[in-house]
Amino acid sequence: MPQGLLGIEGVERAEIEAILDRAKAFQPAQGQHFQKLDTLRGRMIVNLFFESSTRTRTSFEIAAKRLGADAISISAAGSSMSKGESLVDTLATLAAMRPDAIVMRHAASGAPHFLARHLPIPIINAGDGTHEHPTQALLDARTILDQRPTLEGLRVSIIGDIAHSRVARSNIHLLAKFGVDIVLCGPAPLAPPELAGIAPGVRITYDIREAIRDADVIMMLRVQLERQHEAAFPAGEYFQFYGLRLEHLGLAKPDAIVMHPGPINRGREISSEVADSQRSVILNQVENGVAVRMAVLERILG
Amino acid sequence: MPKLLIQNGRVMDPATGFDGVTDVLIKSGLIVRLAPHMHATGAIAFDASGLVVAPGFIDMHVHLREPGYEHSETIETGSRAAAGGGFTSVCAMPNTQPVNDDAAVTRYILEQAARYAVTNVFPIGAITENSAGEKLAAIGSMKAAGAVAISDDGCTVMNARVMRRAMEFARAFDVPVIDHCEDANLSAGGDMHEGAESVRLGLRGIPASSEDVIVARDLVLVENTGARLHVAHVSSRRSLAMIADAKARGLPVTCEVTPHHFALTDAALAPYDSNYKMKPPLRSAADQEALIEGIASGVVDAIASDHAPHPGSEKMQEFEKCPFGVIGLETALAVALEKLVHSGRIPLMRLIELFTTGPARVLGLNRGRLEVGAAADVTIFDPELAWTYDVNRSYSKSKNSPFDGWTFRGGPVATVVAGKIVWQRS
Repeated sequence: MPQGLLGIEGVERAEIEAILDRAKAFQPAQGQHFQKLDTLRGRMIVNLFFESSTRTRTSFEIAAKRLGADAISISAAGSSMSKGESLVDTLATLAAMRPDAIVMRHAASGAPHFLARHLPIPIINAGDGTHEHPTQALLDARTILDQRPTLEGLRVSIIGDIAHSRVARSNIHLLAKFGVDIVLCGPAPLAPPELAGIAPGVRITYDIREAIRDADVIMMLRVQLERQHEAAFPAGEYFQFYGLRLEHLGLAKPDAIVMHPGPINRGREISSEVADSQRSVILNQVENGVAVRMAVLERILG
Repeated sequence: MPKLLIQNGRVMDPATGFDGVTDVLIKSGLIVRLAPHMHATGAIAFDASGLVVAPGFIDMHVHLREPGYEHSETIETGSRAAAGGGFTSVCAMPNTQPVNDDAAVTRYILEQAARYAVTNVFPIGAITENSAGEKLAAIGSMKAAGAVAISDDGCTVMNARVMRRAMEFARAFDVPVIDHCEDANLSAGGDMHEGAESVRLGLRGIPASSEDVIVARDLVLVENTGARLHVAHVSSRRSLAMIADAKARGLPVTCEVTPHHFALTDAALAPYDSNYKMKPPLRSAADQEALIEGIASGVVDAIASDHAPHPGSEKMQEFEKCPFGVIGLETALAVALEKLVHSGRIPLMRLIELFTTGPARVLGLNRGRLEVGAAADVTIFDPELAWTYDVNRSYSKSKNSPFDGWTFRGGPVATVVAGKIVWQRS
């Protein structure tokens, strides 16, 4: 992947498997959690966050540092980006500093693709608008594989605001490459029928119970009120129809796991009881974030 | 001005149906004789052997950006791009700064055109003041000053009552109403056609229904008022079907289609390249096919470029921040030849009709014919010419073309306006 990582959609299954295998070696359970490597010594990685983010930015920073790279993080607030500098000028300025890779989060879908067309530096998409968030899907797959021997044949339910979710898109593309049975569920305006066409093996239901039935994995999405450009659903009744509660878990497979990309809204899309239950692997996801991002950085720059 | 003799070309005139090799003699800006093997002493001779000689092409939907946005285009640069595309006449949309909503602006455009344009420029006046959709613009006086139609292009009149009054006025003054049909509530926030591709790319959609509901509303109002309605840049299958139905019922309705809408689909958006971002958006393959069928069946009256220049600085941004619109004057004929004629969908004569008698009829312009006594506006093109479009060599001030780098079969060779060769392929 010398071209960076713009999305999961265009990545081959074998490539994904290689990253997930490699990420396993970087997991804390493998005893490397305090050991700093020198794989990327002397390489500079710029984390460019045009949109606020705590876990993704921190996780990329830690991953870079554990590999021995120099990582600097720039967020939009307080930088020249907030002084009206255009995206292309900001990036040209940064490119002139010759980083080895740019990790980028941006509120506009396609912003990293735009830059990749204009800059000769590998760009790693850390989330673009409502399009993709490839490393999230990779860490989610790593988390599932920590609980299951294979992705093949699993049923994964993704529930919430699918239309505006980059996490959902990347997960759909990744899981579909492994023949996963994918069930999407959310209020109708947030789960448009066209979503079923973006990858094979995807179906849509508007009934959370049907979505959860026999699921191996339940992925809850954050209800992104900040991405709502209009009132697409009556917010007051969201939890009643699409919030995940303990009573739902009985419908899933007995050992089903519950995931959430965070930050969670307790009582909006997920009840506290579920978030804190034994089924929840939400903190494992965070932990895997570093391991997966180390594997991605190593693959692109190593 | 010396006489001009265009020799040995294949003269094709949809107004008369004439199709044969002959000479065209032009004197004092008028066509004076059509006959084979003429000799005219003192005339400039243009050898059109192997070329098609057609009535001057009319592009009825162009944004010249002057006054107010001269950094994007001027009447001079826009008209040069028009001539370079084989057009002898362009209609200038009123969304300038100030908006062409009264006779003073209309006159200003005509004066600038007389001074700087190499082609004919026909202004289109606004429907409402400042195209704000509220108070009617000075429709009568704009017409008297030379406006050939009214339109709030890009800012659809959302208030049906205002649109009704505008149509009543337009009917009384016998001015066609050109509507960019877009329900602003349904399209709000959208960046591309709503469908499988927008969902995949995570870009907000502009549903085809945003076009369809306004076309439906306008057709009802046409039935009530009797106004002549011209639907600009039809992009949706359903809209086209409604227009076909209205025409079959004898309503005074016409429509145009742009080259980008019949040549491209929303699949082109994948690289988030804003040179494919325009309104209405590139739609699905099914919509594209319906447009081509409409062109072949005769439902579509004209091909228009919707030439919409935006400078690079505005197009070099996040996709969602980029303005809508692409340039198209220099590529319209080549794209149309490629996608409509060489592909076997329509005969060459029909293509010429869509660029000449078609728009002339919509606007009531005394243009688009190659007859003795007609204005000597002539488009000379080579349907087989092999060439590549390089947008960096465009006459337009802006370079936002989806067709940059395309290699074409067929293109314009020379443009004659009022008896003068204003552009010739070098």
